[in-house]
Amino acid sequence: MSFIKPKITHPGLPRNDIGLSIRDYEGALSTLCAGCGHDSISTAIMQAYFELSLEPHRVAKVSGIGCSSKTPTYFLGGAHGFNSVHGRMPSIATGANAGNRELQYIGVSGDGDSLSIGLGQFAHAIRRNINMIYLIENNGVYGLTKGQFSASADKGSTAKKGEANPYSPIDPVLLAISLGCTFVGRGFSGDKAHLVPLIKSAITHSGFALLDIISPCVTFNDHEGSTKSYAHTRAHMRETVYADFTSQHEEIVSQVSPGEYKKITMHDGSQVGFKRVDEQYDPTDRLAALTYIEEHRAKGEVVTGLLYLEESTSDMHDTLGTSKQAMSTLPYEKLNPGAKALERIQNRWR
Amino acid sequence: MTASNKTNDFVIKLANVNGTGSASANGLLMKSIFRMGIPVTGKNFFPSNIQGLPTWYEIRVSKDGYLCRSGRIDLMIAMNAETYDDDLASLSPGGYLLYDSTWPRKNLSQRTDVTVLGIPLSSMCNEAFESARAKVLMKNVAYVGALVALLNIDMEVVKTLLEETFGTKPHLMDANMQAIGMGYDYAKEHFSCPLPLTLESMDKTAGHVLVDGNTTAGLGAVYAGATVTSWYPITPSTSLIDAFSIFCKQLRVDPDTGENNYCVIQAEDELAAIGMVLGANWNGARAFTATSGPGVSLMSEFLGLAYYAEIPAVLYDVQRVSPSTGMPTRTQQCDIISAAYASHGDTKHVLLFPADPLDCFHMSQQAFDLAEQLQTPVIVLTDLDIGMNDWMIPEIKWDDSYVPSRGKVYDANDLKEMDAFYRYLDVDGDAIPYRTLPGVDAKGAYFVRGSGHNKYGGYTEKSDEYKDVVDRLRRKFDTAANMVPQPIIQTERNTPANKDWAIVSIGSCDGAIREARDRLNAQGVANLDYMRLQAFPFNEQVKSFIDQYEQIFVVEQNRDAQLRQLLSVELEIDPALLVPLLSYDGMPVSSDFIVEAVTAQIKKGQAA
Repeated sequence: MSFIKPKITHPGLPRNDIGLSIRDYEGALSTLCAGCGHDSISTAIMQAYFELSLEPHRVAKVSGIGCSSKTPTYFLGGAHGFNSVHGRMPSIATGANAGNRELQYIGVSGDGDSLSIGLGQFAHAIRRNINMIYLIENNGVYGLTKGQFSASADKGSTAKKGEANPYSPIDPVLLAISLGCTFVGRGFSGDKAHLVPLIKSAITHSGFALLDIISPCVTFNDHEGSTKSYAHTRAHMRETVYADFTSQHEEIVSQVSPGEYKKITMHDGSQVGFKRVDEQYDPTDRLAALTYIEEHRAKGEVVTGLLYLEESTSDMHDTLGTSKQAMSTLPYEKLNPGAKALERIQNRWR
Repeated sequence: MTASNKTNDFVIKLANVNGTGSASANGLLMKSIFRMGIPVTGKNFFPSNIQGLPTWYEIRVSKDGYLCRSGRIDLMIAMNAETYDDDLASLSPGGYLLYDSTWPRKNLSQRTDVTVLGIPLSSMCNEAFESARAKVLMKNVAYVGALVALLNIDMEVVKTLLEETFGTKPHLMDANMQAIGMGYDYAKEHFSCPLPLTLESMDKTAGHVLVDGNTTAGLGAVYAGATVTSWYPITPSTSLIDAFSIFCKQLRVDPDTGENNYCVIQAEDELAAIGMVLGANWNGARAFTATSGPGVSLMSEFLGLAYYAEIPAVLYDVQRVSPSTGMPTRTQQCDIISAAYASHGDTKHVLLFPADPLDCFHMSQQAFDLAEQLQTPVIVLTDLDIGMNDWMIPEIKWDDSYVPSRGKVYDANDLKEMDAFYRYLDVDGDAIPYRTLPGVDAKGAYFVRGSGHNKYGGYTEKSDEYKDVVDRLRRKFDTAANMVPQPIIQTERNTPANKDWAIVSIGSCDGAIREARDRLNAQGVANLDYMRLQAFPFNEQVKSFIDQYEQIFVVEQNRDAQLRQLLSVELEIDPALLVPLLSYDGMPVSSDFIVEAVTAQIKKGQAA
């Protein structure tokens, strides 16, 4: 069920550049379990869009099936949403983007939706570099069907009733980098302060931006023995790169001195700054990034932050040479070749 | 049939080996006949193979304009050693067989009712041409040369066609003309030319073109204003997307910016292909895909979502022989049931049934209009015979005043005047709701979902709210029945109509049925009224036609009488009244088949 929240806006609420308050970025009341990590992510998404001053109706939300895929109802009520079929959100996003490249696309998926049933579409959306942000709300478990392991569950991690997972996990971050994904980050639903700039950076990226967000399932996968619980993630999280986002109009205002930043300018002129917590890490070096993440994974550590970024890439439209104007708004006069052209064509058929 | 009346009325079958370049020679032969003003069609029976397996091309010349398979073969060009025996056996009595006598074959003289013509094509070409490739290719051109003499083809027409093809490559032009000359001279010298199978120029192809249905369907999508296509390669639908892409490259590149006003995406599979089509249509771009039976199976889940969430989509299903992988390069009408009810649950889809390449063009616009007017998938059920064979059709006429019908869409101004927008309300009483497009206005925002929803677009698990929506969807299908193209009914002209029997059929059976009706009439067997269905859901006109007759022959190309099942279930017709006439061997249905089957049924009826 989705419940409509009462719309009461406090006159004192802060407004963004386009005069909207955070309330304008909310959606229906969540029906997920109390304490679900996914709800924290929804809150971070609202905050990110609010801070970027994007109009909600210029955003399109897409999802597949599962707990995570329900969440687009719970944020940006002013945006159209498409809750599709299991594992097939990337194709909806691809087609939607083909039809109207002018909107900002956010896809929300889960570890089952993207790494099991939808692994193929996930890979091919990356390959085409669809201009969208793609969130995997990763809890290692199938919640709606009551606690089966997912493809991201670590080998040896235990289910609620104690049974150990016998299979190796698929790591979406390593997979995405190896597939040529141009923006790859990992966050934790319990660390909203870091999540918001990460999402803002992803939104600004021109191309496919993957965020793998560890989001514990409080009902089926938050016990001792699980490697996707709040406690385990907090204990084993290794914050490697801290992303700080500044729009083209803002100064970097941060506790860290500018000298500690590596700055990368995004296509719209805004900047993403990295604070390298680990001095050895370079998020623009693909091979080094893969090695680093793999090494720490072997130690049982979850590496977080903006882990890989390649700016100035070609998205699907650049590759296909499609018109700058959205396909959906091209007037029919531009699409109809006319009767004379048809006569010419038919002369070849005699 | 005597030799004298075979002028401009016979069938040539060419038996070749796949990958030896026979297609262009056979095309040259057919186009020459067409240019002589004589009605002609070609059917290609090719293997699911790139090189080495047998392939046949059947050219029917018909002064009366019958363009289906007749069932006869009057002249066999036997160029494939592997199939000599079968090819000889399939020749009609009184027919001719032309073969490569470089390797003389004794068994060819076993039939005394046919005439064998041997031409040493290989040895001629081996002597005349240098490269290994030319030696193989030119054998085909040489037999065309022989046929110019044997059938009395206008040599000037052949020359002109070769010039059009090789105008910029003089060495190829010379080689082709040399091969034509070799075959021509040999035939003139050794046989009595022309044969009783003769061609005489007519004026019956003026205002007509020779084209396949995948080409016209792809072009029809361009004219319909389609901008996005996503597809996965599968025989026999691939050439439909190829046609769309090629025409877009010619016609849709913006002259000012050089940008493409179209978007073609080769998907990773059929599931993704239909998903992209739904995503684009949700956003208001006209988008389509093309596939065949196996692809429809894979697309079924998304088709159910599109039906329930009411998203327009156009899907061309170029049917091929099933079940499973079946025979990918052979034709059938075997997806009628799977397309009509594609997906789990109470799901139904609008189907269009083109009968030829002309229909493929015009039904493209109808499909896109209907999909957006009804906010539901429309499946164009064509087949390999229509899609990949060359048909003679009247020139396609285009009315530049056509405006795409985009259906009920609220724009920003409409939304401004409203208090609130709800997605699935039956505002107009026709069971078709209004939709909004993403990016237009926050007030129009709603959440598309395949899960239970109420008429406001909200999630629901309440029984009455759920039923309210699915009952409206059923009523929307009643609306659809009156919007889709009406059936085409032909009743007998000269003699009192026989009200005992009539024919009901769809799609590519049309040509064979029209010829069979004339033949049955001429033979005094029956005067059969005929209704060709153009669409599903069936409307009242379909029912009232069927109700006039004691019994109906339902002609279709599948084993399980799928059209008959659909008619029986959807119109609540007693199946005993519907007599199935089924041709499902993978070959396009012939007029011979229908004449024989109808005659047998009527005799059986009279005996009873």
